[in-house]
Amino acid sequence: MIPGSFDYHAPTTVEEAIGLLARHGAGAKLLAGGHSLIPAMRFRLAQPETLIDLNRIPGLDALREDGGHLVIGALTREVAIEDSGLVRTRYPLLADTSAVVADPLVRNRGTVGGNLAHADPANDHPAAMLAYGAELIAQGSAGRRTIAIDDFFTEFFESALAADEVLIEIRIPAPGKGAGGAYLKLERKVGDYAISAVAVQLVMDGKTCREARIGLTNVNPVPMRATGAEAAVAGKELTDQVLEAAGKAAAAQCDPSTDLRGGVDYKRDVTRVLTKRALRKAAERAKGGAA
Amino acid sequence: MSRHTITVTVNGEENTREVDARTLLVHFLREDLDLTGTHIGCDTTSCGACTVLLDGVAVKSCTLFAVQADGGAVETIEALAAGGALHPLQEGFWEKHGLQCGYCTPGMLMTGSALLAANPNPSELQIREAISGNLCRCTGYVNIVKAVQYAAEKMAADEGGN
Repeated sequence: MIPGSFDYHAPTTVEEAIGLLARHGAGAKLLAGGHSLIPAMRFRLAQPETLIDLNRIPGLDALREDGGHLVIGALTREVAIEDSGLVRTRYPLLADTSAVVADPLVRNRGTVGGNLAHADPANDHPAAMLAYGAELIAQGSAGRRTIAIDDFFTEFFESALAADEVLIEIRIPAPGKGAGGAYLKLERKVGDYAISAVAVQLVMDGKTCREARIGLTNVNPVPMRATGAEAAVAGKELTDQVLEAAGKAAAAQCDPSTDLRGGVDYKRDVTRVLTKRALRKAAERAKGGAA
Repeated sequence: MSRHTITVTVNGEENTREVDARTLLVHFLREDLDLTGTHIGCDTTSCGACTVLLDGVAVKSCTLFAVQADGGAVETIEALAAGGALHPLQEGFWEKHGLQCGYCTPGMLMTGSALLAANPNPSELQIREAISGNLCRCTGYVNIVKAVQYAAEKMAADEGGN
């Protein structure tokens, strides 16, 4: 399967990429890792007239702590996250997430920024970043702005990025005392999207969960937070009853659709179970330090 | 549609060609350079039969445009048997019956070579994880893992002998 024809540009600065976006308008697409876009182009699901390849722009592959944040460049590849000792010890939710994106060959190319900007509710990073309360830095003709992750996913495959904006950076708040996180994904096989997956980032104060943010993957038309489950655990000891209440709240709040991965009831129940397990794992990690 | 003159070093040899923007790397290798050892399997970024090394990194060549490899170095299965002698991985696949129909084999070998370059002594689990993006429809995974282990041992022994 050969993609439709297009004009290819490989800018070497973000400004140049923004200029190309502004000039070519809705017919242009940005190419990052390309492991969602190129398959979509081969199926002719996407037929951009202009492709703007970001891979020749230096400096978009940061992965460092800076000013109370983990700074991730939009072109940072999944494999870099997987290989990072910093991420493994301080950001276990992120480490969990990158390790289950597609397969190792895809992760050699796939980028965190692309995984978010594609705004696919089946992608893994949206739930993780919702749980982290991440901030996304976008740059466009009008300059830079910060978009809270809660405002980023607007509709099915739609994000808050303007037509001339490039996602350039993701910032995750550095973990404070008692923080812990986990991402649990049920997939039929390596490389498939989740049947359901749950991202949890919480803060424990002794046995009490002070607060938690929970993101869900592939059980809603738009990446979502399980706010009902978050409320069910906030300020509580994570007893079996509290965890069950949180799991049920997540199952009730999500809106999965029946497909080859299962029916609605099955996906809700998987979500219930994964929510409980992810909360438990995040709390264990919080007690044992960030790892 | 834009056309581009690209220069890609493939198996140590520089190649300059004019390609359509939409030419995929795997088609460039097979059709422009006649390197048909790299297979096209699923055409959907799932199976890994088309795996090559781009600047030392194992990638699915059906999911990159050739123009993206401009200025880069690609290694394909054709380069593995240096000077005609089987690479220890190829020898391993021979000795351990690591192939049946052989369709996935070029991709398995390229992924295996990237694994052993990064981790000369992988555990069975690490091998299984490394090849999890390469599908064998004959389901010959047990012997593929054995073949990679054979290669790792052979390479370690050769290293020790020098």
